[in-house]
Amino acid sequence: MLDAGNSEAIAEAFDGGPAYVPYLAVGDPSYEASLEYVEALDRGGADVIELGLPFSEPIAEGPTIQGAVVRALEGGMTPDRFFDFVGDLDVDAPLVCMTYYNLIYQYGDEDAAGPKAGDAASSDGPRAFVEAAAAAGIEGFVVPDLPAEEADPLRAACDECGLDLVFIVAPTTKGDRLADIMGRVSGYVYVQARLGTTGAKSDVSDRTAESLDRLSGYDVPKAVGFGISTGEQAERIVGSGADGIIVGSALVDIVADGDETDLPVATVADRLESLSRELKTGAERGYAARAGAPESR
Amino acid sequence: MSETGSTTSETTDATDTTTRPGRRRGRDDGKFGRYGGQYVPEALMPAIEELTDAYERYVLNNEDGFMDEFRERLADFGGRPTPLQRADRLSERYGRDIYLKREDLLHGGAHKLNNALGQVLLAKYMGKERIVAETGAGQHGTATAMAAAHLDMPCEIYMGERDINRQRPNVFRMKLNGSEVTPVTAGRGTLKEAISETMRDWATTVENTHYVIGSIVGPHPFPVMVRDFHAVISEETRRQIREQTGGLPTDVVACAGGGSNTMGAFTAFVDDESVALHAIEAGGSTLEVDEEAGVAPNSASLFTGDEGVLHGARTKLLQDSDGQIMESHSVSSGLDYAGVGPELAYLVDEGRVTPVAVDDDAALEGFHRLSNTEGIIPALETAHAFGYLEDHTESLGDRVVVNVSGRGDKDLDAAIEETDKRDLDNAPDMSMFTEGI
Repeated sequence: MLDAGNSEAIAEAFDGGPAYVPYLAVGDPSYEASLEYVEALDRGGADVIELGLPFSEPIAEGPTIQGAVVRALEGGMTPDRFFDFVGDLDVDAPLVCMTYYNLIYQYGDEDAAGPKAGDAASSDGPRAFVEAAAAAGIEGFVVPDLPAEEADPLRAACDECGLDLVFIVAPTTKGDRLADIMGRVSGYVYVQARLGTTGAKSDVSDRTAESLDRLSGYDVPKAVGFGISTGEQAERIVGSGADGIIVGSALVDIVADGDETDLPVATVADRLESLSRELKTGAERGYAARAGAPESR
Repeated sequence: MSETGSTTSETTDATDTTTRPGRRRGRDDGKFGRYGGQYVPEALMPAIEELTDAYERYVLNNEDGFMDEFRERLADFGGRPTPLQRADRLSERYGRDIYLKREDLLHGGAHKLNNALGQVLLAKYMGKERIVAETGAGQHGTATAMAAAHLDMPCEIYMGERDINRQRPNVFRMKLNGSEVTPVTAGRGTLKEAISETMRDWATTVENTHYVIGSIVGPHPFPVMVRDFHAVISEETRRQIREQTGGLPTDVVACAGGGSNTMGAFTAFVDDESVALHAIEAGGSTLEVDEEAGVAPNSASLFTGDEGVLHGARTKLLQDSDGQIMESHSVSSGLDYAGVGPELAYLVDEGRVTPVAVDDDAALEGFHRLSNTEGIIPALETAHAFGYLEDHTESLGDRVVVNVSGRGDKDLDAAIEETDKRDLDNAPDMSMFTEGI
C-alpha cells in the first residue's frame, strides 16, 4: 500500500518522534558553501532534508526563496550539478528533492533549446529525471506545481524507482480533492499552514489545526510547513498534532544575510545548525507535551 | 449543452459556429492533445475548480443571462461589433483583397477588452470581491482596469518594472481608472515575472479574489474561457466577410504572443479547412538563442519552442536544455513572452495553424506601411502581421483577413526610438524636427 511509503529511511525519520524537515536551495550562493550549509542542517538534527533544485519561475515561493533561487542559478546550479551535489553530501538524513515540474519533465531531452522536428512525442516524461535522482541518492520528491490530477506519470516513475512522492495539502483542500491526494501521496504529506507563498511569519496560522483535523483519518505522517521560524512555533505545531515541521525561509534568510554581509561560510553554517537545534528541540517539547496529554496517540 | 449564444439575434449565420468541433476543443478536460492541463500549486486548485464550474454555468450555459449581459456590455461599453474594412491600397499593393478586422477600434484601443470585460463580469457573477491581473505592454492591464471601473470592482495590476518604464502612459491610464499598479522587480521585470507574481497574490487571496489572466495561457479553464470571450472577433469576421463578399476568406493572419487575439481571430474558422490560418510571432532581433545567458532574443515559442510546463499549462516554450525558462525579447512588449497558449501549440502540431516569425525590422516597416498607406497606426504587436504580408505575399490566397489587434498610440515613443536606430525606407524623416524648431 502506498501509505507505507517507498523509502524506508523517510518512514523511519517519522517513527518515534517529531521530524524536523529543513529546506535549502542547493547552490545558494555557491556549490561549496551550500554543501557546508546542508551538512550543518544535518548536524542540527534534521530528520529529512528537502533540497531545492532551483527553477527560473518558482510560482509557489515568496520573496525569500525566490532570492535563493536567483543566487543559486547565478551560481551555475543545474540538474546535473544538483545530482553531483547530492553525491558529494555527507549527511545521515534522507534527502527529498523539491523542484518544479518542467525541470523533471525536460531532463534528458537533448533538443529542448532548439527547433524540434516533427515528433514531439519523443520526450518520455519524468522517468529519466527520477532514475538519475534515485541513482544520486534522492529518496523522494515535492513538486509544488504538480497537483494530483497531473501527477500519474511521476507517481509511476517514483514507484518503479522506489521513491516517495510528497503532495502539498492547502487550507483550501477538502472533500474529494483531499481524498484524491491522500490516495497518491507517500512518505509524508506536506500540510501548508496558511494560504499564499512560502515565507517566515511571526505568527503561525490557526488554520493548521483545522488542516490536521481533516487529515486525522489518514495514516501518513503529517509535516506542517509555510511560515515556521522559531522553536516556540515548532513546539506549538507539533503540540497540536503534527508529525513533523518543514522550515525553509527562516533558514534561507540566514544564508541570504551571510551572503549580503560577506560572513564566513563557517559562521553561517553555525547559525544554521543553531537554529536547527532550536527548531528540533521545540518540536520535541511539543511532542513530549502531547505524549502527556490524554488525547494523544 | 454548449449552445452558447445560439438564441441571440447576433447569431443569424446559417452555420452556427459556436457548436462546431473547433469551438468545443478543450472544454471538457482542458487538454489540447498533449498540451494544456492544470499545473498549479495545490492552494489554487479549489479556485480553479470553482472557476471551471462558473465557466460551464455562466459562459457555456448562459446561466442567469450571463452571456446576454456580456454581449450587451461589449456593444454598449466596448463598441462592438468592430468593422471589417477592405484596405484598398494594401489590396492594390499585394494584388489580392486585404481586409482589416478593426479591433483597434474596440474601446481601449485593442482586442483585450473582450476578455477583460468577460472575466470581470464573471467574477461578479461568482461573488468575488477583488480583481488581480498581470500586464505586459499594459494593454491587458488597461482593459482590466477599465472593465473593473465599469463594473465597480477593486483591482490590482502587477506589471514588470521594465515594462512600466517602457509603457508609462498605460500605467497612468490604469491608475486613472482607479486600479492599483504594483511593480514586479524579479527577473527582467517583464510579462513572465508579472504572471508569476500575480499567481502568488492569487494563492494568498484566492477565497475572495479572481485572477483575470490576459491571454489564452495558464491552467484550464483559462485557455478555453479566454478563447471563448475573444471568439467574438472571428464570429463577427465570418459574418461580415460573407456579407461583403459572399464567401469565406482564403487566409486569416494574426500576430501571436500568448495568442489571445490569434485564437480570437481564428476560432470560428478552425473548422473551415479552406481557410489558411497564419500565426505571426515576434522574431525579435534573431532566432538564435544564447543558452549561457538564458536569453532568446525573440518570442517565437510556436516556431522555435519546445514542449514544457509553464504557468499552469503544458505548451511550447522558450527554454534551455535543462528546462529553465528563457528571457524572451521583442520590440513589442505585448508579444514578449516565453510561452504560448496550449491550443495554438496543438493547432500548430496538427498542421492547422502555420507559425511564422517576423523580426523587429520587418515589423517596424509594417508599422510604417500601414500608417502611411491606410491611415491606421497599428500597435507594434499588430505590425508583425503586416510585416508578414509584405514578405510572404505569395503564400497568401486572394482574400486575406488581417486582425488589427490594437492601435499604436501606446507605442509612439518606442516607435520613434526604434525607427531612429534603423535605416527604414518607408519611415518619416524627422530630422528637421529633432533639433527643435
